This record gives sequence, structure tokens and C-alpha cells, in this order.
Amino acid sequence: MNYFPEEVLEHILDFVTSNKERNAVSLVCKTWYKVERESRYRVFIGNCYATNPERLIARFPRVKSLTLKGKPHFADFNLVPHDWGGFVDPWIKTLARACPGFEELRLKRMVVSDEILELLSKSFVNFKSLVLVSCDGFSTDGLAAIAANCRYLRELDLQENEVDDRSGHWLSCFPESCTSLVSLNFACLKGEINLSVLERLVARNPNLRSLRLNRAVPVETLQKIITKAHRLVDLGTGSFIHDPKSETYQKLKNAMSKCESIRSLSGFLDVAPHCLTAVYPICPHLTSLNLSYAPGINSNELIKLIRHCRKLQRLWILDCVGDKGLGIVAATCKELEELRVFPSDPFGPGNAAVTEEGLVAISVGCHKLHSLLYFCQQMTNAALITIAKNCPNFIRFRLCILDPAKPDPDTMDPLDEGFGAIVQSCKRLRRLSISGLLSDKVFLYIGTYAEQLEMLSIAFAGESDKAMLYVLNGCKKLRKLEIRDCPFGNMALLADVGKYETMRSLWMSSCEVTLQGCKTLARLMPKLNVEIINENDLWDEIPADDDRKKVEKMYLYRTLVGPRQDAPGFVWTL
Amino acid sequence: MVNHFPGFETFAMDFKETELTLGPPGEFRVSGRKSGKKRGFPEMLDLNLSGPNGRRNDSGAQLEQEASSSPKSPAAKEQLVGWPPLRASRKNAMRSGGSNYVKVAVDGAPYLRKVDLQMYISYEQLLKALEDMFCYFTIRNYFMEPMNGYEYVPTYEDKDGDWMMVGDVPWKIFVESCKRIRLMKGSEAAGLEPRTPPQNAVMEAAEEDSG
Repeated sequence: MNYFPEEVLEHILDFVTSNKERNAVSLVCKTWYKVERESRYRVFIGNCYATNPERLIARFPRVKSLTLKGKPHFADFNLVPHDWGGFVDPWIKTLARACPGFEELRLKRMVVSDEILELLSKSFVNFKSLVLVSCDGFSTDGLAAIAANCRYLRELDLQENEVDDRSGHWLSCFPESCTSLVSLNFACLKGEINLSVLERLVARNPNLRSLRLNRAVPVETLQKIITKAHRLVDLGTGSFIHDPKSETYQKLKNAMSKCESIRSLSGFLDVAPHCLTAVYPICPHLTSLNLSYAPGINSNELIKLIRHCRKLQRLWILDCVGDKGLGIVAATCKELEELRVFPSDPFGPGNAAVTEEGLVAISVGCHKLHSLLYFCQQMTNAALITIAKNCPNFIRFRLCILDPAKPDPDTMDPLDEGFGAIVQSCKRLRRLSISGLLSDKVFLYIGTYAEQLEMLSIAFAGESDKAMLYVLNGCKKLRKLEIRDCPFGNMALLADVGKYETMRSLWMSSCEVTLQGCKTLARLMPKLNVEIINENDLWDEIPADDDRKKVEKMYLYRTLVGPRQDAPGFVWTL
Repeated sequence: MVNHFPGFETFAMDFKETELTLGPPGEFRVSGRKSGKKRGFPEMLDLNLSGPNGRRNDSGAQLEQEASSSPKSPAAKEQLVGWPPLRASRKNAMRSGGSNYVKVAVDGAPYLRKVDLQMYISYEQLLKALEDMFCYFTIRNYFMEPMNGYEYVPTYEDKDGDWMMVGDVPWKIFVESCKRIRLMKGSEAAGLEPRTPPQNAVMEAAEEDSG
């Protein structure tokens, strides 16, 4: 290939959309690197501290869409202090200077402020899409700025954020000229909403395909909205309490029966028994159903509802459905691909619970299942072995037995063989979370068989350093490893330090790793940031040479830009 | 430890809380952790972290009660940080959801019953259910007057410990504040009878319920 015009190359690269493939393309030669970087519009940065905004702009000057992730995953479970970091400010400030054509921002576990939202809203004329997942630090004032200033806004999607809800007036800040909305999700907001403003907003945005309301929106408003939003594909209800004998219920049911387009249903943030019948008309079309925020619905009602949902591909539900209910799911939802079963009473078994029986039933009935998150009271090796045989297609398999380190109740054995069967059978497994009583053996299985594994979460498992070594040595594609309360120490940490440069990050908390081990690692690997989270004042008084002290929380990640400047006082970068 | 102070039990518990330990203060973790031992298989079996008594509590006082009442290691009953691995928004939703069982006593009945207030969306539904439960009684319908000796007045104990008449506050508020229900015999409840039935409050409640 002596001469190959760059324009042709660029045209071809237009068809390469996956960033993974684009990264590979950019490694071919300098020309390809140059053409690729000048034509990449969507950039994904899985750890905001692995690089910095200046490098982003330098390499991808035409970036229009940026995805950034901040805090480690365990921050979701309160294991990371609130002000650990993950501030989006420097990114927005740099983009505001350098990329006026910027259109789309997706953030996960980052800290966002009202000032930054305002800056965002005023800096990019064409700004179209803001997606915030598990973020915090902002209030509805920031949302008001977005609503008021982003004239071509298509998407405002707020998922599970901690938002300081100051008032519902932010919704009024969408001007009359705002008619471009395609997706609006404010389910996580806790405060009141001006209902008539909402109705008018929906009425003048005919392209709305996704609408998720918060708890403050009652059924009367929902019914009016549904009749106005004809293109709705994804609906999240707000409060769903009504009297089945009332006129409102009739109107709602009528409105539902006219909805041809809804395929995805969620919400039910407040629901009482006997209220679900109103949605029966749309159940036959549904491919996605999320009832996981609706406690207080008993198993029988859930079952009655599910019987109508033959086309479900995704189901998120509470364990009140019971093993019996899962049997009905297995018999009804033959297209099921993703299942999440959450605990309805995380702090005690109660009556509502699922066990290994429910999951076995699912594995028998739902052969297309590839993604699972399952909170249960108990699990057995025999069940896991059966499940592995029935469902060899798992890509994501996350099992959480609520009682930590609980053995197989039938045999009192660890669950090594069961999880071993899963990793052996599911050759495409990319994500795995294990629980229950586990010895080193399961880790040998994982290291040996889980060739595609990218993310592994471990808690209260293992007996020795060997376990962690099996994983580090065996899982060639491992990117994220998070470990809590396991007896893994310096020997495991330091055995293969080069491995961490092939990974995005490693989290270890309440393990046996000491300050000495972490210091050694940091010294050997300058391209890693080894952070110690030390929330505890006492430690300042311990003499500096007590490196034998165990480290409570360690988070390390590869980075191109050295220690971060915004770390708070309780985070030490070694 | 012999101690003649009044409120000895409380004192002993407080003492335990101020006891010096080698670990950092603050939230507890699994007790085995502090000893620094590697967790072996038999030790795992001893962990009994979320049995039926493993109720979450934020106040130290309740925790101490459990500690003193059970001979097992109190640390085993404490809450693990970040376990189960659920987002805060889900944990909050769970706590406010679940069930809301309250005891129902009927004057003259030999035993009590329990109802889950979350199963109902209005006073009407609840009272109907109670009537079905205690089918040989008639519960006074406060819409009507007057009452006769066979009828019962529904009353409830609220969060402040006061005995209130069922129906005065909107349904949702009732559900949140009701701790137990007592169906009072008509004759005994004569004193509670208002001169005019509180029509407005009840009508508003009914409207709110159907809204």
C-alpha cells in the first residue's frame, strides 16, 4: 500500500464506531493514528484520573461526546468517603475553551456542581444530551440552567443521583421554544413538580420517546401525559396509587390500552396492591419491566402481572416474587435476557426471599439469559452446576448471598464447585461477582477458565494469597478487580506488579495488605497511582515507621498523568 | 462486675462502648477482622451476621440491648458497612417499603390479630378487612349515627402514644403514624363520640385516597 488517500481512510473509519476497534486502528501506523484521532467524536474515559482534559483535547480535538467515570464502583455501597474526588470541573472548563461544538456529556459517579452545569449550558450552543448516573453535588438550580439555556436539548437523563431538590420550578425553565426533547428522566428527584408545567412540556415535545417521572407525579397527571405523548417507548411512572374503583383508574386504563408504542416500563415508586391491573393493556408488548422500586406488592399480584408479559427481555424485580414467582417467569418469559432480583428486606430474611430454586427454574425456562444479578438467601453447588449447564451464555453473572460467607446449606461445603462450573461453562463471561463461603479453589477455577473475564468482585472469600494470585495470573483480560474483607496481603499484591498496568483499577479494602506493601508497589510502578484512603484521625498519630499497619482501603489505577492534585486530606497517594 | 449504681445495666453498657480497643473507632466490622487472623473455614461458620435478629439500628442503645440479651458475640449481630451491596437509594426504598404490620385488638376478643397496613389504600378497605377478620362484630361506620351497643369504634395508638380515633387524618398519614389498632366497644367509646361526625375530614381523606 504505497499511497492511500487519507480522505478514503477517514471515510472508511466512519464505519468503525466501537472505541475498542478505533483504538486498535490507531495503533497501525502514524497516519492511521492521525486520521483516527481527527475523526473521533465519541470519547470514553473509564477513569477520569487516568488522563486529563488537556490530553483529551490534544488527541481528539473534534470530540463531541464524552463519557467519564469517576469514583470506584464500591462507592455505590458507601465504601468510599463522600468527597473522595471525581470532580468534573476541569473537564468542562477545558471543553468550554476548546470545543464549542460539544454536544453530549455522560457522567458516572462524578461530582457535579450547579456552577459547572451553568457553565455547560452556556458554553455549547449545540448541546444535546446530558446523562448523569450516580452523581452528586448539584441541585435543581443546575437543572434549571440546563433547561433554560440548552436550546436544542434532546436528552436529560438523571439516574440515581443525589440531587438537592430545591423546588420544582426548574421544569418551568424549559422555554416554550423547547420542542426537541426526546428523553427526559427525573425519577430520582425527591421534590415536588409543577404538574401543569409538566403536562405542557410533554404536549409541545412530540418526539418524546423516553419519559421517567418522579414520585411527586400522581396518576391523574400520568394519565393525561400518556394521552399526549404518542411516541413514548419508555415510561417510568411516578406514584402509582389509585383506587381501582375510581374514575381516574378507568381513564388510566383506557389511556394505557391506546398506547401502542410503550415497550419499557419502570417507576411504581409508590404503589399499593390492586393498582397494577391498570397496566395490563400494555404488558403484552413490553420488552423491559422494572418493578424493583415497588415494595409492598405481594407475590400473587406480581405473578398475575408477569403472566401478561410474554415478550420480556429485561426484568428487574424484588425477591417478594418468590421462587414460585420465578417459576412463572421461567414459564412465561421465554425471551428473557437480563434478570435482576433485588432484596426487599436487606437486613433480615423475612418472608420474602428467593433461593437457589428460583434461579434453577429460570435457567430451565429462559435459555437466552445472559445477564444476571441475584440477591438470595442461599445457594447450593448442585444448583449452580445445573444453572451452568442450562445457561452457558452468561456474559454477566452476579450472585449475592445475603449472609456473607454462607456455605452450601445441603452439604455445608464452600461454593467453589458451583462457581467453578459457571466459569467453565460460560466461555463468554465478562463480569462475575461471587459470594457465599469460598476457599482458594474457586479462584483457581476462575483463573483457569474465565478467559474473557474483565471485572471481578469478591467479598468475604478465600483463604490465602494464592487465591488472588490465581486470578491475577490467569485472567488475561482482567480490567477491574475489587476485593473486600479477604485475607489477601502483600505477597499477593506484589507478586506481579506489571499486571496492574494492564488493568484499569484495583480496589482492596479490609484485607491484609499493609502500608509497607503499598509503598513498595508505588515505588516499583510509577505509572500507577496507589491511593490509601485513611478516614481515621488516629492514624496521624501513629509513628511514620509503622508500615506494618494494615491498610483499610486501597485503590490503585494506571494513569498517564501522575498523582492527582485534587485529592482530599484523607487520601494519600503514595 | 458488681455495681450498685442505679441504672447499673445502662452504666455497664456505656462502659463497654468507651472501652479501649486497638482498632479505630467508628463503625464495626466483622469481629474476626480485628484479631488479624486469616479467616478459616470453621470460623466462617460461626459468623451469624444477618439472622432474624440482625436488625439494622443506628442508635447505640438498641444495639446494646441486643448485646445483653443474647449470649452470642454482639459483634456478630452488627451491621456490616456496605453489605449487602446495594445502592443507598435501594436501601432507603426497602426500608420505607416492606410491610407494616400492626396489632389489632378487639375488646372482648380472646386474642389479637395483625394486619399489614400497606395492603390497603383507604380507610374503607381497612375497615372492611377488619370486619371480615372479626366477622362477628360490626365496626361502627363513623359516617353514620348513632351507634348502638353492638358496634365498635376503631381507634389507634399513634407515634406519640396517644389513642386517636381512626379517620381524622388523611390515610397516608395514618399509615405512617399508626402503631396499633383497638376496636373499642361502643359503650366504652361513648366519650370519644364527637357531637357532629367529622364529615369533612373523612370526605377529604376519601378523596385523597381515590386520587
